[in-house]
Amino acid sequence: MSMSTLTLLQQLVVLLAALVLFLSFVLLAQGRLISAIHTFAWQGALIAAVTLVVAAGGQIHHLYFSAVLTLVLKALLIPWMLHRLAVRLALERHSETLRHPALVSMAAVALVIFSYWLVLPMVAEEQTFTRNIVAISLSVVLIGFLMMVVRQQAVAQVLGFMSIENGLFLAAVSATAGMPLVVELGVAFDVLVAMVVFGVFFFQIRASIDSLDVDRLNRLTEVPEVSEVGP
Amino acid sequence: MAVTASTWLISVIEALLYLALAPLLVGWVRKVRARLQNRRGAPLLQPYRDLRKLLVKEARVAHTASPLYRLAPYVVLTATWLAAASIPMVALDLPIATVADIIVLVGLLALARVFLALAAMDVGTAFGGMGASREMLISALAEPALLMAVFTLAMTAHSTNLTILIGHHLSDDFLLRPSYLFALIGLILVAIAETGRIPIDNPATHLELTMVHEAMVLEYSGRHLAMLEAAAQIKLMLYGVLIANIFLPWGIAQSITPAALAVGLMAILLKLALLGVALAVAETVVAKLRLFRAPAFLNLAVLLSLLGLLSHVILEVGA
Amino acid sequence: MAMALTLSGLAVAFALGSAILSLGAVKDGRVIRILATPLLGVAGVSALAAGVVALLTGEVATATVPLGLPWLPWQIRLDALSGFFMMIIGILISVVGIHAPSYLRGIEQGRGEALAALGGFTGLFLTGMLLVVLAADAFLFMIAWELMSLASYFLVAFQHEHAANRRAAFLYLLMAHVGGLAILLGFGVLAAFGEGFSFAAMRAAELSALWASLAFGLAFIGFGMKAGLVPLHAWLPEAHPAAPSHVSALMSGAMLKVAVYGFVRLTFDLIGDVQWSWGVLVIAIGAASSLMGALLALMQTDLKRLLAYSSVENLGIIFIGLGLSLLFLGRGHTLLGVLALIAALYHSLNHALFKGLLFLGAGAILHGTHERDLEQMGGLLRRMPWTGLFFLIGGLSLAGLPPFNGFVSEWLIFQSALQSWVIDNGVLRALIPIAMAVLALTTALVAATVVKTYGVAFLGQARSRHVRRARPAPRGMRLAQGLLAVLCILLGLLPTWVIGLIESVPKQILGTGLGDAATPHGLWLAPIAPETAIYSAPLALLSLLILGGLVSLVLRRGAVRRVRHCDAWDCGFAPPTPRMQYTATAFAQPLRRVFAMLMQIETTQATREDGTPRYQLKIGDRLWGTLYLPVSAMVESAARRIVRLQSGHVRGYLGWTLVTLILLLWVVSVVD
Repeated sequence: MSMSTLTLLQQLVVLLAALVLFLSFVLLAQGRLISAIHTFAWQGALIAAVTLVVAAGGQIHHLYFSAVLTLVLKALLIPWMLHRLAVRLALERHSETLRHPALVSMAAVALVIFSYWLVLPMVAEEQTFTRNIVAISLSVVLIGFLMMVVRQQAVAQVLGFMSIENGLFLAAVSATAGMPLVVELGVAFDVLVAMVVFGVFFFQIRASIDSLDVDRLNRLTEVPEVSEVGP
Repeated sequence: MAVTASTWLISVIEALLYLALAPLLVGWVRKVRARLQNRRGAPLLQPYRDLRKLLVKEARVAHTASPLYRLAPYVVLTATWLAAASIPMVALDLPIATVADIIVLVGLLALARVFLALAAMDVGTAFGGMGASREMLISALAEPALLMAVFTLAMTAHSTNLTILIGHHLSDDFLLRPSYLFALIGLILVAIAETGRIPIDNPATHLELTMVHEAMVLEYSGRHLAMLEAAAQIKLMLYGVLIANIFLPWGIAQSITPAALAVGLMAILLKLALLGVALAVAETVVAKLRLFRAPAFLNLAVLLSLLGLLSHVILEVGA
Repeated sequence: MAMALTLSGLAVAFALGSAILSLGAVKDGRVIRILATPLLGVAGVSALAAGVVALLTGEVATATVPLGLPWLPWQIRLDALSGFFMMIIGILISVVGIHAPSYLRGIEQGRGEALAALGGFTGLFLTGMLLVVLAADAFLFMIAWELMSLASYFLVAFQHEHAANRRAAFLYLLMAHVGGLAILLGFGVLAAFGEGFSFAAMRAAELSALWASLAFGLAFIGFGMKAGLVPLHAWLPEAHPAAPSHVSALMSGAMLKVAVYGFVRLTFDLIGDVQWSWGVLVIAIGAASSLMGALLALMQTDLKRLLAYSSVENLGIIFIGLGLSLLFLGRGHTLLGVLALIAALYHSLNHALFKGLLFLGAGAILHGTHERDLEQMGGLLRRMPWTGLFFLIGGLSLAGLPPFNGFVSEWLIFQSALQSWVIDNGVLRALIPIAMAVLALTTALVAATVVKTYGVAFLGQARSRHVRRARPAPRGMRLAQGLLAVLCILLGLLPTWVIGLIESVPKQILGTGLGDAATPHGLWLAPIAPETAIYSAPLALLSLLILGGLVSLVLRRGAVRRVRHCDAWDCGFAPPTPRMQYTATAFAQPLRRVFAMLMQIETTQATREDGTPRYQLKIGDRLWGTLYLPVSAMVESAARRIVRLQSGHVRGYLGWTLVTLILLLWVVSVVD
């Protein structure tokens, strides 16, 4: 496959998918919480744009609706809720520095190559376009996971979780021209509920351990720890 | 490639154009930036006057300087100039492209940098060592990003020859290549770092402890300083032409006719003017980074180039 | 062709003669300087001639020497590959033959025995290296290999007054033996399938993929250890600086290349049927070596240690080239495999030249100032202008800058890597450019190292009294460096000619040279096709000179060409003193901070009794803690357990002997 065999709309999908991947990297490395939330909003907007392009390319009408839904939910509503949450938790100026930022981004690059390697034999030769997009989506999912591993801050972990969902959605839209509308609505509703539940949890966590650093959750263990140090 | 006397002549003229236009580009960026900051700014031709002033003054050399100190400006200027001359500016298909490909270009710039850093350490003051050390830090981190961006382009065109590379891009239909986009941004970041612009270095100050290039040339005066200044100006223009002609090659003369050449000249001037405005805007909006934030900036450049490479391999080639 | 073989035989004989002469001259050290060392030079010239003849004619000469075991006489063979490495060794020996007398003159008073040992073991060392390259059966190869290792052990231990040197020598001996064992086992695998110890039998052997991989792995470990590849490099920066400088030049320049020779011989020639996955491994190890070598070189303040670490880096680059070649060959792209192999060989030659030059330069500095510590140097360019000039040429070649020779080979490696788009595997296509990015980072770090080394040692002001009074290098040392410097420039300017010479190596062992598209283009170097990549070193230099001449013509006219000398700018305070200069440690500080993760950095800020604060910085290799110390602890605890056998009771020992005897008898009966 070469670029020139693709239609313009397909090229646009490729470009947007690459940008989604880039934003995953930014999300991973972004220390400031508010900026990370903005990055996440942009990623949602790009996913909506991909949906729109696929809808326009295949004349699939329910995807238009899906695009609007994605835009409203992922680019506006959830970021807004997260933002408000961050403000109410007094985290606007919060920033955490990764211990080894270069190492983490190298790990993410390795994940991208790994997902490509994984996807290579899965799809038949003639569907290279689909396969390549699936590889990108899989890397977005894995990088989201990596983000949840390396970040200590609970809100940042939620962002990682949400970007996993973005990756799945990207795969669904671009590889299979979207899921049935009912499923999509269900997923959207799930994400929204998850967001609300997360919000409630944040307050609960903070009330019980006075921080949103998930590393401190180990205090909740039932086995009394001997080497407990510090407040 | 028809190597005739006329194409060599055009090569020579292009090389001279670099020398002639580079101060203008610097003046233009300064002027635009001044206007953006509500200042009137120095006249557009001020860099020419500065160079002339330096040329008529006598050069002072410290007692502790070795012969290398006086040799270095010549090496720096000629290596940068040759690197610049090997980039097609107005016309494609010039014989000079067969002397140096893009990897040689990177090597020539490295040669200039090494000599500049050595000259900075020659007099034996703290400033020179500081500038040299920092310059080598920045270049060490910028090099992988630059090379990966170059690799992305060269793997697309299957060539490191700039004429072929640009020609390949021109002959393509309009394609939305994510790899080009990433490589472009990566290359811009590298160019900002390598030419010592904000946020890595500030070309307009001598007072900051964070200065890099100015610290290296602190001891120089007279014609030696003029050569180093000219080299820095040519380097800025070199990156401008490189970025403009690789990513926006439209307008460049593909045949050696007066009309095509005139169009090519106008096109490159327009592109450089636009890039200059973009640079001025960026320098107005962005604040200078602390030295130890510079690695983060360059990490971003590496990451972008790497993503360009990966999206080339994964999205654009398949298999 | 018989001439080449005769010449190489003469080289071996001269080297051996020099060794015997030195060992016999315990009484009078002057014999060594006046007779034995020049004899080495003659040996070098004949080896060089033999190598060039073998490369030019491209024929294979074999001979059998009635020595060794009765049923296994030594077999000798000189083909293009041997010839190429013979040439490298020859160049270095001849140059060292010119350099060494000046060095010996400085130390010959009253040290006859030490000098005899030095001269004798140098001769044996060279004999060993030449025989390794000539050997055509595993038996002779291993004897020569061990001769080389043992003789060089004594050379490392030459200055045994210092405990650090004794420790370095022991570590070297230990690792050399582990490596030798791996090589022996590798040969064992090949010999078992080929049913014979001669290379001809091994070449004909048909190995299954698994056994071939095993043989390759053993060879890679053994030769990689000798070549100082990460993580088996720890001995190299200890051992190479410990020897006298001209021996360091031989060890870094020639002995490491013998390891490369062994690897190429065993993998490309004897095993033959290469697999692409080996290439991936070799590229990865090579990239890691080049990066770690460059980083640690940048951190050093001891000039010779710095150069030794930079050898690790360069061997890494050579192995990246070899790995690319294996990868391309394994995936069926023979022409590209040939190109990468040529690039690796070219870099081997270049590294021998510039590293030899730099070590000889370090020797000249040591001779003139008795100083190896960069922090004490400064301003040497004015005291030793010739050494300064040649060291600069060596440094620029090391940094891979055009138009010097290091650039050409790195350009070739980049070009062959750029052809990775032909590989029909996306993952490999993505990984090769990443390895190249590591290589680019390495090159930039090396440039920083060169600036640091040259700037601190030769430029600025002297940081200590003895350096301020440095003696210029004697004529012999200058001549030796000058020859290598001229070769560095020539090899940078005439790449087509050199490639034409090297091309007979792949023609012989792989059966093809570069393709038709890459026919020599005169001044232009176009290894794949003119439209893919083209570079003209002579024209680049010519353009540089024309532009430079133009500039100086324009600028140096008129009334203002005068230069006035003045003091350096002091910001209106006291004039700058040498102590205000950036030190080597300070120069490396920003990069040390950025790459702190990869090194083990210990800083201590203690206050001494007299109240002056002291800042101590120790930069180590992370691998010491993670790899070497656990292994050595394991060996020690195992040894402690075995010690219990030594009870002191004679009957106890007899009991162990009986048990062993019974066990062996049982084994024999089972096997039959």
